[in-house]
Amino acid sequence: MKFNFPISKFQNFKIRSLMPAVTKKNKKTSSNSNGVPKLKFNSGWEYAPAPESKSHIKLKDRFDLFINGKFVKPSSGKYFETINPATEEKIAEIAEANAADVDKAVKAARNAYERVWKKMPATERAKYVFRISRMIQERAREFAVIESIDGGKTIRESRDVDIPLAANHFFYYAGWADKLEYAFPGRVPSSLGVAGQIIPWNFPLLMAAWKIAPALATGNTVVLKPAETTPLTALKLAEIIQESGLPEGVVNIITGFGETGADIVNHPDIDKIAFTGSTEVGKIIQKAVAGSNKKITLELGGKAANIIFDDAPLDQAVEGVINGIYFNQGHVCCAGSRLFVQESVYNIVLRKLKDRIETLIVGDPLDKNTDIGAINSKTQLETINKYISIGKKEGAEMYQSSCPIPGKGFFCRPILFTNVAQSNRIAQEEIFGPVLAIQTFRTDEEVIEKANNTPYGLSAGVWTDKGSKIFNLTTKMRAGVVWANTYNKFDPTSPFGGYKESGFGREGGLHGLSGYLKV
Amino acid sequence: MPAVKERIIVPDFRSSPRVDQVGIEERASRFTKRSIKKESKVEGLKLVLSMIDLTTLEGKDTPGKVKQLCYKAKHLLDTYEGLPTVAAVCVYPSMVRVAKKSLGDSDIKIASVATAFPSGQAAMKVKIEDTRFAVGEGADEVDMVISRGKFLAGEYNFVFDEIAAIKEACGEARLKVILETGELSTFDKVRRASDIAMYAGADFIKTSTGKVQPAATIPVTLVMLEAIRDYYYSTGKMIGMKPAGGISKSKLALHYLVMLNEVLGEDWMNNHWFRFGASSLANDVLMQLVKEKTGVYQSGDYFAIDRLIMGKSEIGEF
Repeated sequence: MKFNFPISKFQNFKIRSLMPAVTKKNKKTSSNSNGVPKLKFNSGWEYAPAPESKSHIKLKDRFDLFINGKFVKPSSGKYFETINPATEEKIAEIAEANAADVDKAVKAARNAYERVWKKMPATERAKYVFRISRMIQERAREFAVIESIDGGKTIRESRDVDIPLAANHFFYYAGWADKLEYAFPGRVPSSLGVAGQIIPWNFPLLMAAWKIAPALATGNTVVLKPAETTPLTALKLAEIIQESGLPEGVVNIITGFGETGADIVNHPDIDKIAFTGSTEVGKIIQKAVAGSNKKITLELGGKAANIIFDDAPLDQAVEGVINGIYFNQGHVCCAGSRLFVQESVYNIVLRKLKDRIETLIVGDPLDKNTDIGAINSKTQLETINKYISIGKKEGAEMYQSSCPIPGKGFFCRPILFTNVAQSNRIAQEEIFGPVLAIQTFRTDEEVIEKANNTPYGLSAGVWTDKGSKIFNLTTKMRAGVVWANTYNKFDPTSPFGGYKESGFGREGGLHGLSGYLKV
Repeated sequence: MPAVKERIIVPDFRSSPRVDQVGIEERASRFTKRSIKKESKVEGLKLVLSMIDLTTLEGKDTPGKVKQLCYKAKHLLDTYEGLPTVAAVCVYPSMVRVAKKSLGDSDIKIASVATAFPSGQAAMKVKIEDTRFAVGEGADEVDMVISRGKFLAGEYNFVFDEIAAIKEACGEARLKVILETGELSTFDKVRRASDIAMYAGADFIKTSTGKVQPAATIPVTLVMLEAIRDYYYSTGKMIGMKPAGGISKSKLALHYLVMLNEVLGEDWMNNHWFRFGASSLANDVLMQLVKEKTGVYQSGDYFAIDRLIMGKSEIGEF
């Protein structure tokens, strides 16, 4: 008997003649009603609830404004509620700052700048920033739980991404404080003065760190306003800052709605405005500071293209797409909300995506097994639902996973839209939710053109096994951040920021220093 | 209409899908973040027990040792009611007859390694004979090794034909094909070897012999599960998976189960389609099960040892 038969002998063999061991079970399980192979993920083996404990967190019932190193009552006497979006229950009352409070905070910041912070040796400044970083690390678990309760993001993300990255930002910028002349060789960099900073609700503590850390390291003082739906971790950060012994008034944290933000933007004694948020508000801010001496950086919306070529490692690309759009419920300005798939692998990619979203668990943000938490607010859920009905009306095909969701709270199952055209609103406008719009392409030129055909330009992703294609694509993408074979990776050493209507200025890395310096 | 396609087109294995190392490791680490507690832990652990191929593959194996192993396979912990037995015992061909006799009419399968295990460095006819002998002695399952040397030299046709020939020699016995991933060195190669094995007729693909480090890991098993999934979608045919070597703790075994649950789904969540090749996993699972019941950990002495434990002999550590 000869066993070295050529491979061709097997090309058309009847599988059953070689497979006598096909059991009844095999026949039963491998076919469904229409004979098309289909995986089933509603296994009888369900993960029991594994909630992170809340018993260790300390939260006041009512938070005042943090001005000049102390918590003070708002001059209006008004408070608003912050709720847990997963249960719709009230967590705490938050002070509402008006123009008088903003003025008080700016005066405190100016005073601290002129009297203490400006004159302090850089090595001393660095010590405080280091200390804040360490204190966040020490209380990481408490911060993570509060972040999840207040904003609805999963404990897995707040624990593994938000809080460690926030601490890292302070740590990284502390290192720069006494080395600024090396960052700008041949120049003598000097601080600006008082920075007014307004941050969004999607990464509350992390955005506070992105703003405060470089400002302090470069010798500026700060008036920061967190978003009204997620003020708690910023206020806990105020407690840490108080404990750290940072000179009074160097960091002031005040809470309120859009009007409070406007009061900060319009205050005449502010030298720098740093804003992260929607493009709509960004435009208003830019108009407001026009003609003033205020320096400005804006980090605004995005509608990023994630591009999968047919030679990409598809399973990892699909995982990257999942992380790109469903990370933090899609409340990410750099979310990969547009997916471009090369037509030759479109069916495979779509099948893999559908299988993958079937295994995503939507539910209690505090459960360690939850993949997608609560939508941040009722308003945001309404926006997402509005876009879902727009997508359907535009003729796109919707696929949504079948995961059960809690009866109370704001939740949205992950969604894919196929059959999407470049002219559809769901492919043009930022939705800021777990909604992916999928389009196909045929050639490199076509996808470059389509990916760049958007008013935004914050980020993009490229998936291919070919290095030269990565370099070709990344140089032609009009986007501030381009990831290759990965997505949504952040690091304090890496600059982040946008092109076009996604804003200007960079945060993070060496580039992040220049927004807070005269050079 | 039958789901299993009558004709399967064998692809060009040089163009097997590529695997991104960073991506696969990231995905693998996601599984380990699932928290399996309480009733899902108990249920999972029982499932793990039922999936174990209780293994002894030592040069020093004797009939006495194999008999004890078989008894353990049947009676994992008689004081704990409602426990399953392991899926199979896995032995060398020379011990199959002993195992067969010891296991009697229980449902526990006998798996035998064959094809010049673990190196696979023997003539084809020797491997065929080895396989026939094991099956003739009563093995229900054959665990073969691929010729890694030939594979790394790019002789994919040779590897394919060899697996097909062994499959023929197996007759009714199910064939598990060991890739020895620790010797293949890259995920791309693991994927390619998986594809070759499945198209050549494997009923199971298996990571390792347990004789080479690294043995089974979560990322490497994930690559193989994804290969099984793609093969299933293109042919309608299910293939089993057996990670082997280095899985000795319950927690790790549960991570594998989570991965299986989320990659291939419920049809694979049984011992017909998934096995653990392990020698010391069973006792750790038993210890955890008893702990879930009583709330306290028992001493290791309460669980029968079914193998020669690691330790020191006169001539050194083993």
